[in-house]
Amino acid sequence: MAHVAATHHDVHEAIHHAEELSFWRTYVFSLDHKVIGLQYLITSLLFLFVGFMLMMLMRWQLAYPGQPIPIIGNWLGEMNAPGGIMLPEFYNQLGAMHGTIMVFLGVVPLAVGAFGNYIVPLQIGAPDMAFPKLNMASYWTYLVGGMTMLSSFFMPGGAANSGWTSYAPLSVIATTGQTVWLIAMVFLITSSLLGSVNFIVTIVQLRAKGMTFMRLPFFVWAQLVTAFLLLLAFPPLEAAAVMQLMDRLAGTSFFMPSGLVVAGQILDVSGGGSPLLWQHLFWFLAHPEVYVLILPAMGIIAEILANNTRKPIWGYKSLVYAAIFLGFMSFIVWAHHMFLTGMGTVISAFFQTTTMIISIPSVIILTAFFISLWGASMRFNTQMLFALAFLPMFGIGGLTGLPLGLAPTDIHLHDTYYVIGHFHYVVAPGTIFALFAGVYHWYPKVTGRKMSESLGKIHFWGSLVCMNGIFMPMFIQGLAGVSRRLYDGGQQYAHAQEVLQWNEFMSIAAWLLAIFQLPFIINFFLSLKRGRKVESDNPWEATTLEWATPTPPPHGNFVHPIEVYRGPYEYSVPNHPTDFTPQHVPEPAKA
Amino acid sequence: MQIPYTVHARPDTGLFNAKLGVWLFLASEVMLFGALFSSYVLLRTGAPSWPHGFEMLNIPLATLNTVVLITSSITMVMAWASLKMHDFAKYKRYIGATVGLGFFFLIIKAFEYGAKFSAGTYPSESTFLAIYFTLTGLHGLHVVGGMIVNGYFWGPGSKMWHTEPERFTNRIEVAGLYWHFVDLVWIFLFPVLYLL
Amino acid sequence: MSETDSPEEIKKHVRVYVNVFVALMGLTVVTVAISYLHLSVVPAVILALIVATIKGSLVASYFMHLINEKKLIFATLILTGIFFAALMSLPLIFQNDKFY
Repeated sequence: MAHVAATHHDVHEAIHHAEELSFWRTYVFSLDHKVIGLQYLITSLLFLFVGFMLMMLMRWQLAYPGQPIPIIGNWLGEMNAPGGIMLPEFYNQLGAMHGTIMVFLGVVPLAVGAFGNYIVPLQIGAPDMAFPKLNMASYWTYLVGGMTMLSSFFMPGGAANSGWTSYAPLSVIATTGQTVWLIAMVFLITSSLLGSVNFIVTIVQLRAKGMTFMRLPFFVWAQLVTAFLLLLAFPPLEAAAVMQLMDRLAGTSFFMPSGLVVAGQILDVSGGGSPLLWQHLFWFLAHPEVYVLILPAMGIIAEILANNTRKPIWGYKSLVYAAIFLGFMSFIVWAHHMFLTGMGTVISAFFQTTTMIISIPSVIILTAFFISLWGASMRFNTQMLFALAFLPMFGIGGLTGLPLGLAPTDIHLHDTYYVIGHFHYVVAPGTIFALFAGVYHWYPKVTGRKMSESLGKIHFWGSLVCMNGIFMPMFIQGLAGVSRRLYDGGQQYAHAQEVLQWNEFMSIAAWLLAIFQLPFIINFFLSLKRGRKVESDNPWEATTLEWATPTPPPHGNFVHPIEVYRGPYEYSVPNHPTDFTPQHVPEPAKA
Repeated sequence: MQIPYTVHARPDTGLFNAKLGVWLFLASEVMLFGALFSSYVLLRTGAPSWPHGFEMLNIPLATLNTVVLITSSITMVMAWASLKMHDFAKYKRYIGATVGLGFFFLIIKAFEYGAKFSAGTYPSESTFLAIYFTLTGLHGLHVVGGMIVNGYFWGPGSKMWHTEPERFTNRIEVAGLYWHFVDLVWIFLFPVLYLL
Repeated sequence: MSETDSPEEIKKHVRVYVNVFVALMGLTVVTVAISYLHLSVVPAVILALIVATIKGSLVASYFMHLINEKKLIFATLILTGIFFAALMSLPLIFQNDKFY
């Protein structure tokens, strides 16, 4: 590995050139994908933190409905929580904003904007993204969108409160915060579109010599499919957001049916619109969006499994074709979110069929990962623990999706806590575990130091136990029929009484989960200065190209153009002196 | 290391970066306008009654607009062709004409909208008007965007011809692709809204 | 369009552009003329879409050079076309296949 690493002089040259730029151009308005990736990282982690805080407030109300929230209750204001007791209106705001912030401001910007931006150009051997200025623009548009979204809390009537799904007609007659939500979504969607163009062109055009498509790390394939999903699925939601804004601000009736009565008054609109139209346009995006949430995570898992099992991932081709097929199918399953809207049997059969079919590629991917463990020489560092846990956790999430995808069972489970349990399993101990794993894995490349393994293990075990504590009982509650988005957690309903006891248990698990993130936060910051310095540019002895750069990679990444000679997971090749063969090392001529 | 394939095509794909980029962007625009067309179809088929375009809208004016936009498309492609033939003066005339025609389109549109508003006909009045204003409004915004880009390439942006002519020619090709797409959307918008 | 096209080659393309322009003008007249026939909805829609598709194909193929374009662009557009078709058709089928 040593020979291709640039000489000290070359690295110094590269860094020196970068140092000619001002502080603002280097750290704030940078065109370097690595700086932009880190900007996305910091911003998205902060938003994740905010979304998490909102959830913890909600969980107090669910555990102890009508009880004043200790200490924090006094800061929430009379409009939201008079006497510290959360009003239903405020609960609804928290619910809508928790979902919106976690999905659009937290997880996707972290998975795609942070990890994607930083790692993809490195892993394909490129000096940067194809359009650096566009990259910078997409970050700043994201930040403006995110700040706009948060500002909705300060609108009269508070933040958006019609769910992250913003269903008409409720969202059209909702308070001002909803308008701000829509405007923020337009910014966020624009940011996403700019980014997705950048990712696709980068991956297609800027691969280094010898980096064929079938030699790409699975992480890059996952980001490529994700970029196509974002590119083609988001625009209908942008159109829908504009239409909902028109309904709210210009008095149109795109989504407002005729004859609507609100609080005893007939609504003064032209009518003739369709609330279902909103649902179609929303879910046309929102279903592919969930694959946007999971694919980059699966990509990270592949990298970490290969590296810590010291074996190639089993079934690389199957993984690639499964990911492509998954992406394609994701566009034609959306109405499984609409089974209870008065759907006819023909169209219902169609969407049930496509939904069942789409479970196949997910199973292929998960199976390939499981098989990859067989015969492994396993290394149990923190990232590997998270990656291993991902497998059964995503399995639970995926399997619990099946009764939701079949209409007869969905009739009973739709809009209950079962759904919340299902999607949180895939996103929380699923995607977020993969993202944690990614942080532990790539931290040494970015900072030159390793994070503490002891703190990492506390973070891992605590998070695993607590997440299961929060989300497993949700299946029980959902099966009993407890609806979602109830501000009192089901207290008023006879059918909920037997399962209400779980609320307190789940809330305590949630607050404990928060405490177990402290080792992570401390670890993250402390290791910057006190972490063990890495002895080489490739401390995990990995095969992919990002480990072939200096640490941290300089402006332009590869001081000399790099060439690729083999696939991404050449670990434990028989008769090879080392148990890994990096992609960029030419093999010496055979004697 | 410089970013490769910004001017010359990558051999295996046959494309330079910005060309792939703009086509991908146009694909997303197909989905954007597609969603609006889909909404139009759903709203119209779900409505008990729906006015004919010719009952509500000014067809001669829109026909003129169609002619204007198609003409601007040929001036746009001729602007690019002029650069390929190394005729900068011709390029300037053609791109200037494109911007001018775009301006003309917007003036006609403003007249149309103005007539509607002064008659008290607003988007809120019916779903027909709602989708009409939204579709043509969004299209109009795209025209404005294109004019800003083309205006820049007629003005300060054209300096690049003297330092990097190939890169500049590529930029005009890419801007042209966007502009043709805007024309393409109108080619469908016009009959759907005005004539059916 | 190959970046190695010589100015002579481009002159040939210019002739094509002018022909396409004339065709587009003619088809615009056709579109408006058909509308004056005041046909019933279904044939009116079909005819209007056919003419619009021909016009659109001309713009795409010749002004946007799609007829000479690389496979990758075509593949992207076909993929987009499939999803566009899904977005247009599935909600419509949904609307007509009512439970009640």
